[in-house]
Amino acid sequence: MDRGTAVIELENVGYSYGGGELLSDVSIELVPGSFHFLTGPSGSGKTTLLKLCYGALLPTSGQVRVFGEDMRGLDRDQMAMLRRRIGVVHQDCRFLDHLPLADNIALPLTVSGREAEQEGGDLKELMEWVGLSSRASALPPELSGGERQRAALARAVIMSPDVILADEPTGNVDWEMSQRLLKLLVELNKMGKTVLIASHDLALIRAAKSQVSVRVLRITNRKLQLAGADL
Amino acid sequence: MSRGAIRSLFLGDPQAARVVPPSGFTAHLTLFVSGAMAFLTVFALALSLASGRLADRWAEELARSATLRITAPMDQRAAQTEAALKILRQTPGVASARALTKEEQAALLAPWFGADLQIEDLPVPQLIEVIDTDPGYDAAGLRLRLSAEVPGAVLDDHTRWRRPLVDAARSLRRLGWIAILLIGGATAAMITLAANAALSANAQVIEVLRLVGARDRYIAQAFVRRFTLRAFGGAVIGVAFGLAGVLLLPSASDEGGFLTGLGFQGLDWLWPMLIPLLGGGVAFAATWLAAHRALKGLS
Repeated sequence: MDRGTAVIELENVGYSYGGGELLSDVSIELVPGSFHFLTGPSGSGKTTLLKLCYGALLPTSGQVRVFGEDMRGLDRDQMAMLRRRIGVVHQDCRFLDHLPLADNIALPLTVSGREAEQEGGDLKELMEWVGLSSRASALPPELSGGERQRAALARAVIMSPDVILADEPTGNVDWEMSQRLLKLLVELNKMGKTVLIASHDLALIRAAKSQVSVRVLRITNRKLQLAGADL
Repeated sequence: MSRGAIRSLFLGDPQAARVVPPSGFTAHLTLFVSGAMAFLTVFALALSLASGRLADRWAEELARSATLRITAPMDQRAAQTEAALKILRQTPGVASARALTKEEQAALLAPWFGADLQIEDLPVPQLIEVIDTDPGYDAAGLRLRLSAEVPGAVLDDHTRWRRPLVDAARSLRRLGWIAILLIGGATAAMITLAANAALSANAQVIEVLRLVGARDRYIAQAFVRRFTLRAFGGAVIGVAFGLAGVLLLPSASDEGGFLTGLGFQGLDWLWPMLIPLLGGGVAFAATWLAAHRALKGLS
């Protein structure tokens, strides 16, 4: 594949915390419209790998290119612009605790200078989809873990980003809701968005496989491997 | 920073201001510090301007004048005065020489002896006011000539007591300006501390904003705007109190001498109006630097 066609490209990436090496020699290309799951034991570096993909961490060796740009070469404003094209769902979803939920979900629009009012229809629809319409004026600390995760996903996709990175997005929600969230991600993927989800949830991965063509990546012994089709 | 950023700072982006949670108590502290500093600045400014005025006036008035005192028996006084005036008129560097009238001499003595003094009854020496030209005259030569021709004349060119007074007034003015600089620096330091505290208290807010793609300018602006407006508001209040204090000072008067007149005169009143602007500017710069330093440390 030509360089630059992949939205996110890791080349021989290594990452070390203090003394120990967490990831080494990781190479991966996420092409537009691909749907990947990232699995692996706890502490194997799934979250770290996601953070490398959106620039929260810089690799200790190797190169990360996002939209064809070397992550190391970006200044802070360019990094901010890049984040607007990548929707991220953190494992510990953080919000602005003093603002109501609707404002939090619309926050990416607000900070990029787009009027939340203009996109009010989208916001309403999105909140309905994730089942949070009735909680629009609630403050984030009043939400349950599952509600927070749904809100984080809604916030991640409101800008209609090119890439969606999600860290255990269905960890705290029931099966029915996880299906709904998956459906949202699948729909976005069908629109051409690149999706990468870190998850333990094998049932979720199977459910996804029945809807789209999914590739599963597994981290074992600091390396990233393409998992077999037998999963 | 660009013009647009400055404009949006003052016109305000209510959304940007909202992303930082309101802070009740520390806001009042910033307001208080800024107000107190502005109050002190008003007095430092009043001191500087008044002592500057004093130094200029003394240097101006005294440098160009000298006094010739003629102490002589009553019957010779008029003759000696006439002779001294003649010598002075011939002296190069003397612009004019004029014998003070009896009324003027009486007015000089009035503060000590009362207004209804009969000056004719007293052996008061005759005073001659000497105004010199720019290069001045040769004081030693003039003294020599006077001592030969007008034995009762004593020339006092004021330098003896003028210099220390002018020096003192100038030092006072310098101290006033140093005080203003220190107050400005202390304000900047305190606003920086307050801004740093606010930035660390809102670390999670900043992290979330960076995650969703907010640029540093957007995040910094929310803090900068808040502190600038607070410092400006505090300074307005401080200046108002300071000016009220200055208005209550006794006004300049001949009776009070140089200790009065510490307030502002004429256009000087415009100077304190600059204090809130400067306070706001100091807060703006301090918060801007603090915010950008703090943001650099985050991904």
